[in-house]
Amino acid sequence: MIETDKLTRCYGNLTAVDALSIRVEPGQVLGLLGPNGAGKSTAMRMIAGFLVPTSGSARVCGYDAMREPLKAKRALGYLPEGAPSYGEMTVREFLQFIVRIRGLRGEAGYRRMDAVVQQLQLDEVLGLGIDTLSKGLRRRVGLAQAILHDPPVLMLDEPTDGLDPNQKHAVRQLIDMLARDRTILISTHLLEEVHALCNRVVIIARGKLLADATPAELEARSRYHGAVSFSAPGSGMSQEMLGRLPQVAGVEIDPLDGRVTVFPKPGARILEPVERLLQEQGLEVSEIQLERGRLDEVFRQITSGDDVSRGVAA
Amino acid sequence: MSPVNAVVRRELGSYFATPVAYVFLVIFLVLAGILTFYVGDFYERGQADLQPFFVMHPWLYLILVPAITMRMWAEETKGGTLELLLTLPLTLWQAMLGKFLAAWLFIGLALALTFPIWITVNYLGAPDNGVILAGYLGSWLMAGNFIAIGACLSALTRSQVVAFILTALVCVLLILAGQPQVLDFFQGALPRRLINAVAHLSMLRHFEAISRGVLDLRDLLYFVLSTLGWLVAGVLLLDLKRTR
Repeated sequence: MIETDKLTRCYGNLTAVDALSIRVEPGQVLGLLGPNGAGKSTAMRMIAGFLVPTSGSARVCGYDAMREPLKAKRALGYLPEGAPSYGEMTVREFLQFIVRIRGLRGEAGYRRMDAVVQQLQLDEVLGLGIDTLSKGLRRRVGLAQAILHDPPVLMLDEPTDGLDPNQKHAVRQLIDMLARDRTILISTHLLEEVHALCNRVVIIARGKLLADATPAELEARSRYHGAVSFSAPGSGMSQEMLGRLPQVAGVEIDPLDGRVTVFPKPGARILEPVERLLQEQGLEVSEIQLERGRLDEVFRQITSGDDVSRGVAA
Repeated sequence: MSPVNAVVRRELGSYFATPVAYVFLVIFLVLAGILTFYVGDFYERGQADLQPFFVMHPWLYLILVPAITMRMWAEETKGGTLELLLTLPLTLWQAMLGKFLAAWLFIGLALALTFPIWITVNYLGAPDNGVILAGYLGSWLMAGNFIAIGACLSALTRSQVVAFILTALVCVLLILAGQPQVLDFFQGALPRRLINAVAHLSMLRHFEAISRGVLDLRDLLYFVLSTLGWLVAGVLLLDLKRTR
């Protein structure tokens, strides 16, 4: 479990993290979402006990990060931003160093290391210097370091940053697998990651908590939530008629690809009436889609405070 | 003490992961030899002892110890590994101690490898080996003091060059503090008591006493306390960094 209580950190006049109170329970994967410079990393550094909070406190498994740092650090697996590691060491030497410093001794230590090496597919690079590895491999070494002691709490700062799509997928699968009965806090600015990984999202900007919800709840805040979109040739005709449906709030046509999006009035379900209307008109629709809502739009709305109805569709 | 052990092993490993450690050892041994035989007039003195050898050590350390210690914390700060290290379950003290011990053991190895000179002097004459042992002990203690200074100043900055220069500067001040030229310079300006105090701060004075074979508790305490003091200062500096 991770708890922060009015966690605050100032750098001079700048308040990087502003009275942040969150609580992550076992079994939860919480995505800490925010624009660059929102205070995600600073918050994580305080939870990990690297930075001292200006005020407020952070606890890992009930241990205060400042008052009982060693107990808190033992319960925590932490991947710092950029996955730093000692470049001059080989992967094997580095992991052995972590094994030793974590006090995993003898047989158990070796078994644990083997298991993690298997899990992250590092067997082929064990003898290579970390400096010579690709970015993706280095990230995996950082992840191996974080889960080596099988911690009940995991905190990963941008775990998939800079990875290619396949590597991202592999890392997400790993996190998914680890998620059972663990507490996981990841920070990211990738919205698709939230979909893929998290069952809860906290959005922060300028150090303040702005939203705390499930990904689905966030999507429901989007004006695209429940909208119906389709592509059809000659759909210009239908725009007017669709607009006349009682459940419809508005219709937009993408000027680039001609895709039509029909927006519902609050709470209305419009897939069926739209489909019926299209059938009646005898329009050939190649593909029709019910939108779940667009996280990027909600994200922008929340973090910039813009009125979305004015915004351009993403 | 397992975390300290882990840090010591990691640091020693990283010394030898690159050719730097070997280059250092070679330079140390070659310089020690050259200085002893050419500058120190080892043969012409006609005495069977290692005074000319030990006299050169402060000057050797002045260049070589900052070269070892400059990366100690500056590199970790710059490369981001400081965050990794300090979020592992070990205290700042254990991390500092591990790094210090690794560097100290490394210098110990360099000193041990000067054994041919000890064999030479025993072959040529009948030296007092007790005095020689004291000289080695004094030299190692002094090296520890230099390393502690370097460890502290490396924690001050993220630039290895700055760490090197600061360490060399502080070390040269501490070496020179007791020299008559320096003390004469202050003779008129400072009260006698203060000048005496400055003279006692000098590393050379304490080192020379030990290397003559006089094991005075005060000289030993000087090195132990000064080393501890610099290490404490280094830990405090690192702790301060987490607050700023």
